[in-house]
Amino acid sequence: MASRGGGRGRGRGQLTFNMEAVGIGKGDALPPPTLQPSPLFPPLEFRPVPLPSGEEGEYVLALKQELRGAMRQLPYFIRPAVPKRDVERYSDKYQMSGPLDNAIDWNPDWRRLPRELKIRVRKLQKERTTILLPKRPPKTTEDKEETIQKLETLEKKEEEVTSEEDEEKEEEEEKEEEEEEEYDEEEHEEVKGTSFHTQPPSLPLISSGDLNSVHQGCSLQRVGGPKEIVPSKDSAIPFICP
Amino acid sequence: MTQAEIKLCSLLLQEHFGEIVEKIGVHLIRTGSQPLRVIAHDTGTSLDQVKKALCVLIQHNLVIYQVHKRGVVEYEAQCSRVLRMLRYPRYIYTAKTLYSDTGELIVEELLLNGKMTMSAVVKKVADRLTETMEDGKTMDYAEVSNTFVRLADTHFVQRCPFVPATENSDPGPPPPAPTLVINEKDMYLVPKLSLIGKGKRRRSSDEDATGEPKAKRPKHTADNKEPIPDDGIYWQANLDRFHQHFRDQGIVSAVANRMDQTSSEIVRTMLRMSEITTPSNAPFTQPLSSNEIFRSLPVGYNISKQVLDQYLTLLADDPLEFVGKSGDSGGGMYVINLHKALGSLATATLESVVQERFGSRCARIFRLVLQKKHLEQKQVEDFAMIPAKEAKDMLYKMLSENFISLQEIPKTPDHAPSRTFYLYTVNILSAARMLLHRCYKSIANLIERRQFETKENKRLLEKSQRVEAIIASMQATGAEEAQLQEIEEMITAPERQQLETLKRNVNKSINRM
Repeated sequence: MASRGGGRGRGRGQLTFNMEAVGIGKGDALPPPTLQPSPLFPPLEFRPVPLPSGEEGEYVLALKQELRGAMRQLPYFIRPAVPKRDVERYSDKYQMSGPLDNAIDWNPDWRRLPRELKIRVRKLQKERTTILLPKRPPKTTEDKEETIQKLETLEKKEEEVTSEEDEEKEEEEEKEEEEEEEYDEEEHEEVKGTSFHTQPPSLPLISSGDLNSVHQGCSLQRVGGPKEIVPSKDSAIPFICP
Repeated sequence: MTQAEIKLCSLLLQEHFGEIVEKIGVHLIRTGSQPLRVIAHDTGTSLDQVKKALCVLIQHNLVIYQVHKRGVVEYEAQCSRVLRMLRYPRYIYTAKTLYSDTGELIVEELLLNGKMTMSAVVKKVADRLTETMEDGKTMDYAEVSNTFVRLADTHFVQRCPFVPATENSDPGPPPPAPTLVINEKDMYLVPKLSLIGKGKRRRSSDEDATGEPKAKRPKHTADNKEPIPDDGIYWQANLDRFHQHFRDQGIVSAVANRMDQTSSEIVRTMLRMSEITTPSNAPFTQPLSSNEIFRSLPVGYNISKQVLDQYLTLLADDPLEFVGKSGDSGGGMYVINLHKALGSLATATLESVVQERFGSRCARIFRLVLQKKHLEQKQVEDFAMIPAKEAKDMLYKMLSENFISLQEIPKTPDHAPSRTFYLYTVNILSAARMLLHRCYKSIANLIERRQFETKENKRLLEKSQRVEAIIASMQATGAEEAQLQEIEEMITAPERQQLETLKRNVNKSINRM
């Protein structure tokens, strides 16, 4: 406590290092103190070297631009899903904006990739040569087989009843619309744009009971699993269906 | 990976593969090896999107996977490989200079698609070449195959690791992910394919097909049911070999600048002879005897054996030490010191950067410190013959930019600053790394600037594109001169100027990258 006031006075102005060793002689004017951060774009003293010109430079430049453009057109360029518009447009029926069912546009060699990366592809009802790639662990295969059987019988019944494709398409669209409206109302955060294309249009006129099992069998990857959605769907349906 | 490199990777992935792939890729680069569900959870994207992105990244060799215990598959991104995407145009240009258009297109297809089978590559390249040829001529598959075989022989393309053929007696469920193996000697083996056919020209009727809705697309995939003869054998571009080629080019041009054309040809011959025999990261090539070099010189050069010996002695005595003499058998055994050569090239680059940035007097000080290794403040002033104040100023400028560093040598054990020597020195490795990091940062800045410029002037660019399209269509239908004039005037003069400036700036930024 006694040295509190005393220590400050002694040795004021002495530096810890030898000034001459660093190169600042006695009596030299020091540069002004820095009161603000250095400028973002300090002025350049020397102009930069000119760009490579000539045949090689031009060719490589053209190549660079071409490559950038080409890569945007390739199937490897994944565009984020177009957000669903509120009203169903006529053009949507004839203009598929993304690949079917969230799958990829190109066919990688699945033998070289881990099995968990496969995305199941469901084709339209017309194409019966579906390439169903297994994705779920075996314990749900039995459920799947049942549901597939049920669906096939339903589809066969459907084909017998309505022979024209247009009618089917209309009903598919209606069903899709209804289901989409339900989802939009109920689970906003769980709906990612394209995941609803996984609603296969090949399931017209399904009863609510089948709807439950269909969802379990489908490859919908929603956070929280399908079980949460089903009960609310059951409650929603009576309100929307006329 | 440094922040600047991660930023650059993110920009590159976004430009070439879109935002979803970019998000997943950057997350993997930042956090290292992760399994699928953790990635989906941490990035907040849906599982399907993550799967799509991972497929794309694995296809392009940017991400590798590994099976860990309990069947968990972990994915790891390779940041350095993403940065190589900057060099794609250079690789393609190199292929063009060595193997002409066919080689160029083969390498381009392999780079754009990651991995492909040989038959697919040959077909695509033949089709593309046929497009550019005159009417009636088509490109034969055999020619493209020959170029492909030549590329494989010189190691510019290599086979990807493949799934080993396991016997079916393996008990238990199949593994969650295949383990890929590749044998060193199989890497460049070309399968025996008999690819017969000619390139197809895409006719105008096909253009209608592309307008069809994608709903009809599944029909095409059903047609490709024929078995592909080289199924499962995928090829990729061998980037290391291209880097080796750039290194050789650098060494040859350095020798040509320092000495003359003939000596550079000799060095080029020596490098070519040891292309395949020397691994890419060896410190020096295999010893080559003077007789061998004489035999392998290109046909056009008729210098006598004695002249060759003189040149070799001169090269070996040069203080830069590109070529070294390792023995006397066979007329003298000579090696090329690759690591030393690369070190000298890096030092020369550093010197030229200092010169361009700070001026020639700074460059003199820099070279002085490089040569003398450690110098005090006073000694720098004396040796460089520059007045004290300016020398001090320049040294501190370079010190602040980290080209030069300080080395403390204490006289007393308590490290008192008044009794310590402070020596200036250049640490080449760290300075080179700093320069590289700065380059990556500038490239990222340039990409951002280019994107900004294009966005600002989007309206103008679209307008000019529309006008060009209108002019083209009108010319096709034979419009009058006056009408064309009128349409061209739709873009006013200041707008035209703006467009010109924009194009120039964009080109400049692309060029500097």
